[in-house]
Amino acid sequence: MTAQELPISGDADVVRVRQAVRAAAVQAKLSLVDQTKLVTAASELARNTLTYGGGGGALVEQVDNGLRKGVKAVFRDKGPGIADVAQALTDGFTSGSGMGLGLGGARRLVDEFAIETAPGDGTTVTVVKWAR
Amino acid sequence: MTSEPFGDLIDRCRAAEDDLVRRWRADVAASLRGRISEIELDKELREILDAVLSAVASADGADTRSAAYGEVRALLVDLSRGRALQGFSPRETAISVFALKKAVRDSVGTGPEFTAFSDVIDELGLFTFESYAKTREEVISNQAEQLLELATPVVKLWQGVVALPLVGTLDSARAQVVMEKLLQTLVDTGSEYAIIDITGVPAVDTQVAQHLLKTIVAARLMGAECIISGIRPQIAQTIVALGIEFGDIATKATLADALLLALGRIGVDVTAEMSKRGL
Ligand SMILES: Nc1ncnc2c1ncn2[C@@H]1O[C@H](COP(=O)(O)OP(=O)(O)OP(=O)(O)O)[C@@H](O)[C@H]1O
Ligand SMILES: [Mg+2]
Repeated sequence: MTAQELPISGDADVVRVRQAVRAAAVQAKLSLVDQTKLVTAASELARNTLTYGGGGGALVEQVDNGLRKGVKAVFRDKGPGIADVAQALTDGFTSGSGMGLGLGGARRLVDEFAIETAPGDGTTVTVVKWAR
Repeated sequence: MTSEPFGDLIDRCRAAEDDLVRRWRADVAASLRGRISEIELDKELREILDAVLSAVASADGADTRSAAYGEVRALLVDLSRGRALQGFSPRETAISVFALKKAVRDSVGTGPEFTAFSDVIDELGLFTFESYAKTREEVISNQAEQLLELATPVVKLWQGVVALPLVGTLDSARAQVVMEKLLQTLVDTGSEYAIIDITGVPAVDTQVAQHLLKTIVAARLMGAECIISGIRPQIAQTIVALGIEFGDIATKATLADALLLALGRIGVDVTAEMSKRGL
């Protein structure tokens, strides 16, 4: 499977991203638990892209490091960016009306997690989950 | 009185009205393949023809948006709505209007004023097409709402216990429907316990959890307790990793366990009930 580029501009897109991530996770032979963890992380990140980033896109692809297969998902937006990343990652912190668990929770659900962001410069979150 | 661009075309059409309608009806009937009776079709087309000829003959005859075309537009909305609801295609629907052109040409001949008439029919055909599309959209969004309703059955399991089996994605629109339906059922049945079964929910993220928690709080305000059941192992691990806490809300692995818990709290003696029913 090649990389899949998906727009995120509405609730239906979040569902589509989730389905694409699920399909990639099945192909990479992730266990059911790991599939569910990755899909849930993707759901959180896609919704943040939509809610706080004002929409953007997701890139979903299978990866292979020679030893293991996995799935990488990148979420990009050109929104306001995150001024204080540590605060955003803190459980319970929300600037909206959420539970403030999505970003930190997503980090705990995956194997690799990276945020690239600057105020006024948008946000890119990259996650990877490897098959065991 | 006949307005300029149409010359005596209208008078010629009026004179040949029966022949015109017969030809028009034949073409339309062929495209509808007998799914509307000839009598019905005859009445429908006669009405439309009469309205079109009157409108064309008016001072604003070339402008299909003018007040003169009010009745024509109303009839075409009726026609397209009826066709859309009966399942005819947009093509089959628009042909009913476009076929009038050929009928006029074959019945009264063309001549210089035919172009202006033809333009009017083109406009009316497009109008019919648009109004068909509008009706289809309404039908589809109604169906989506009905599906939403259908996908959220609330079932009474026992006197005082209802269950809400959730299947699929719990997005905000659905969560709202689910919550309203559950609260209404609690009122209607006077139930004290509601079991929310999430066996059919593929993933529980913070949004789903928040919707569940809100529903449970609302149920509590009405004096009912909720039990969440059907938490599969992969969902349990995900919920823990996300850091979602269900606090003092009872959770059970299966719907059966949740029912037993509720019955126990109500004080139902399950063994006695079973022997009473000969089980
Ligand atoms: N893509 C983004 N662009 C800008 N700000 C963001 C972005 N993603 C997250 N944030 C900020 O980080 C905060 C924490 O995000 P997190 O996903 O943890 O919580 P939440 O979305 O507010 O609630 P929850 O995800 O629990 O429903 C958000 O409230 C928001 O201020
Ligand atoms: Mg979030």
